[in-house]
Amino acid sequence: MTAFTNHFTYEFKTGLRNPSLLMMNYLFPLGFYAMMGLIMTKVNPGFTQLLIPAMVVFAAMTSTILGLPGPLVELREAGVFRSFKINGVPVPSILAIPTLTTIFHALIVATIIALTGAPLFGGVAPTNWTAFILVTLVAVFTFGAIGTLIGVVAASSRGTVLYSQLIFLPSMLLGGMMMPISSLPASVRPISMLLPTAHVMQAYTGLAYGQGTVTNPVSALVILAISGVLAFGLASYLFNWDSRNNVRRGHPLLALLVLVPYLVGMFLK
Amino acid sequence: MSDKVLSVKDFRKAYGGFVAVDGISFEVQRGEIFGLLGPNGAGKTTTLECLEGIRKPDGGQMRIMNVDPSHEPRKLQNLIGVQLQTSSLPWNMTVGEAMKFFCAYHGVAPRYDLLERLELKDLLNSQFSKLSTGLQRRLALALAIAHNPPMLFLDEPTAGLDVGSRSELHMLMEELRDEGSTILLATHDMAEAEKMADQVAILMKGKVVTTGTPREITATGAGFTKVSVSTDQSVLHKNGKVFPAVRQTLFKEEYAIYYTTDPGPTVSALIDYVSAQGDKLIDLRVERPSLEERFLEITNKE
Repeated sequence: MTAFTNHFTYEFKTGLRNPSLLMMNYLFPLGFYAMMGLIMTKVNPGFTQLLIPAMVVFAAMTSTILGLPGPLVELREAGVFRSFKINGVPVPSILAIPTLTTIFHALIVATIIALTGAPLFGGVAPTNWTAFILVTLVAVFTFGAIGTLIGVVAASSRGTVLYSQLIFLPSMLLGGMMMPISSLPASVRPISMLLPTAHVMQAYTGLAYGQGTVTNPVSALVILAISGVLAFGLASYLFNWDSRNNVRRGHPLLALLVLVPYLVGMFLK
Repeated sequence: MSDKVLSVKDFRKAYGGFVAVDGISFEVQRGEIFGLLGPNGAGKTTTLECLEGIRKPDGGQMRIMNVDPSHEPRKLQNLIGVQLQTSSLPWNMTVGEAMKFFCAYHGVAPRYDLLERLELKDLLNSQFSKLSTGLQRRLALALAIAHNPPMLFLDEPTAGLDVGSRSELHMLMEELRDEGSTILLATHDMAEAEKMADQVAILMKGKVVTTGTPREITATGAGFTKVSVSTDQSVLHKNGKVFPAVRQTLFKEEYAIYYTTDPGPTVSALIDYVSAQGDKLIDLRVERPSLEERFLEITNKE
């Protein structure tokens, strides 16, 4: 327990001490939230409906999908994981503790957004707070697991940027954060349903706001949870102690299995 | 009686088609510093990585106190301490955090006494990246020995250190050996190996080319003992006198330098001659061939 506590404390402090992580965990999402709250709600009053859930998802994605993979690759490249292995730090701790601390940072920001969205910017508060909290927990966990998987399979820091942006940019455009998924053209919807963000937004809309959705919000939440567990399992399986070790347990392309729940979900409706 | 702590038998490791280590064997006895020497690419680091359990051997046997490193990593963890070649810690981890972090995973209380001994106590809150190379090495060593492992692996421990830090680290290694630790020292610094190691093995292209004490290894070479003499009137410079067993003579500033196969008769004749010529000895040095010279002889032959 002491080892876990020390490791967790260290990783949590790193999230504040490392300027890049501080930016991804707090400054960028809160700054963007303030900007969207001040400007977007005036430009498009309908956005007040999406402000709180969309900005929570944005904060979760910046800290996990954008922030988490880079340090994992850097530590592996610097040989830090080798020294961890020699000193008995187990793989689950190496992967789970940074993921957990990042989730913790994301939840702090999510709490700030959820509590200030309505009084500061007129954002619409959830009608079912329990469902809101549940969806947020599942969403942050899933994004955290996917961020960890990217950090494990990316061969370099540049690779993490590429893979992260492959998820982040389409999520911003097609994930239901800027406009409801129901407003997207029918031909684009299948693509959006391959994105975790779309499922999070569907779950928020249906379960936390009690509004109509394109897909079953409970199914969306289950798909998210399954893909989160799958992503973390794949990250543990594909984990490599160092980049010089040419013996791998599986090809990095196995990471694409994380899409399976979303593909299955497309046929469930 | 043999008190074997580590044994390597017919160890082999290849990366694809490249054979990094090709069937090497050696043993390390309790309480000795064993030098694993060789040029870059000789197979030292591969051997260490397999002993540390980071990689799996392709063939042969490895045992550290009867533990197989590749199959019993949990047991190995508290038997060995490793100072890695690159002092690998997260750059923003502080000295105090590092000590707490690694000691916790070894299940021991943080060893702040070691930080004091290695003059790191005042740097508890300093981040790893802010430490000089010497301080980073010292911290890596403190972390390696914090759980009192009976077997210590040091991979190029003094690389990049200044003379003072290097000397301090050597003293610490000697102290650890005197306290009963066994040390496997991988280095390509021959002077360090000659000074510190009780036994050495020289690796070349994945094979052990020679083993023994540094003295035994230097004695088996073709190297000559160097006798350097300086006299008041430089009488040795003036006459082309030939002394017994001398194979080569050089004059460098005030010194006459003789390379001899048998230093006893050479030195005796030199002293007699200088005295007979009415000159006076100022300095006389006898230096046996260094491990470095023997190493170069071996590597050139290979």
